[in-house]
Amino acid sequence: MKWDWSAVSGFLPHLWDGLLVTLQILALGSLISFALGLVWALLMRVPSRWVTWPVGVVTEFVRNTPLLVQLFFLFYVLPEWGLTFSALTTGVFAIGLHYSTYTMQVYRAGIEAVPVGQWEAATALNLPLRRTWTAVILPQAVRRVVPALGNYVISMLKDTPMVMAITVLEMLGQARLYSQEHFQFTEPLTVIGVAFIVISYLASLALRALERRLAH
Amino acid sequence: MPTDTLPNPGTDPEKTPARGTGELIRLEQVTKRFGSNTVLDHLDFSVDAGKHVTLIGPSGSGKTTILRLLMTLLKPDEGTITVDGQQLFPASDKQVREVRKKIGMVFQQFNLFPNMTVLRNITEAPVTVLGLSKDEAVERAKGLLDLVGLADKCDAHPAQLSGGQQQRVAIARALAMRPQVLLLDEVTSALDPELVAGVLDVLRDIARSTDITMLCVTHEMNFARDISDRVLMFDHGRIIESGTPEKIFSDPELDRTREFLSAVL
Repeated sequence: MKWDWSAVSGFLPHLWDGLLVTLQILALGSLISFALGLVWALLMRVPSRWVTWPVGVVTEFVRNTPLLVQLFFLFYVLPEWGLTFSALTTGVFAIGLHYSTYTMQVYRAGIEAVPVGQWEAATALNLPLRRTWTAVILPQAVRRVVPALGNYVISMLKDTPMVMAITVLEMLGQARLYSQEHFQFTEPLTVIGVAFIVISYLASLALRALERRLAH
Repeated sequence: MPTDTLPNPGTDPEKTPARGTGELIRLEQVTKRFGSNTVLDHLDFSVDAGKHVTLIGPSGSGKTTILRLLMTLLKPDEGTITVDGQQLFPASDKQVREVRKKIGMVFQQFNLFPNMTVLRNITEAPVTVLGLSKDEAVERAKGLLDLVGLADKCDAHPAQLSGGQQQRVAIARALAMRPQVLLLDEVTSALDPELVAGVLDVLRDIARSTDITMLCVTHEMNFARDISDRVLMFDHGRIIESGTPEKIFSDPELDRTREFLSAVL
């Protein structure tokens, strides 16, 4: 098999289109999973089974069914109920939701790792519960969980090609399209492989910098 | 020493209602169990305003539990707790929050907030709970840091301080709320020996120069002798002997007290 540089240069504009979509899914999916995961983790601490039971059931269900099934479900079933979103929006939401069921466990561990003495000091100072969370507990918990959240960002990056199944053209989608039109598979697939490595590497550098900053 | 920064609720008529010299804390028939272990057994005791009371006794005898009940970190299984004429247990959450403002606590493990500077540790609660302005809270905090000898550490984080310095910040943090009662829970037990004196000196100073009521659990018997008006000897969840420090330390009634003291002195 011959390596054809002209196929690489021919694919590059498509790579760029796909890259923007991949990064969009990664960035928005991360934000959703970070925010929603925190919401789940906090709801699981509400001292009422009327809250924790449904949240527990929903998140267990989402965590233990395949992302691909969820993508198909949201893309093909929701419109039947009158809820129509673009393929990209659906993909971002599905990935964010799926990963929120993992980040909630990360947050839970981070919250539980804050020493009980911190809660006691907050009580002794009469801090309201809300303030105890926002000023004392969460800042310490989040600092602890940044490395673990970062690992899920990398994981999520590697799951972004799944949105191809609901017609979103991210990097893999673009590579497949180009390959089928030009009957050249090696170059586009190799190029996006390299692109994935570069993104994960840059993301891990950014995360390490963030960790260092959070450690004062 | 700037006297206007001292916690002195009794001479600040705007902050607190006129306080008599009578009873400030009362526990009646208080029982606390952990599982099948009865830590406090129908305990009655009271503390008068402005007094310094030290609780001594072997570990597991219920001393720390009393402080934790008063701070509402624990709830008794039976009995009533009253502070300054207002019930703390049983009571509604709203009432608990109100009565709890009268009480401050310093912990064995300091429990400073590591995500905040020293200054913010001290100003956080006065601003959010008492509604002080930022400037007022900072001024109060700086006065207290001066009192505990750490005026230059405003912007440090707790991790950058020694244990003794952290504990002195924790004392300042508790005093910034101007409590009527200060609970001291083995405040020097987690410190390196050479740092103990600095913390105890600060507490002696506060005991001497303010009329704050102190409840103190400690193994530092010399400190207890210096500051206490009354010493209570605990054993198995009961007060078995009480009296002035001179009486308890020099001439205890009970062999059990004598035995305990000879073991720790």
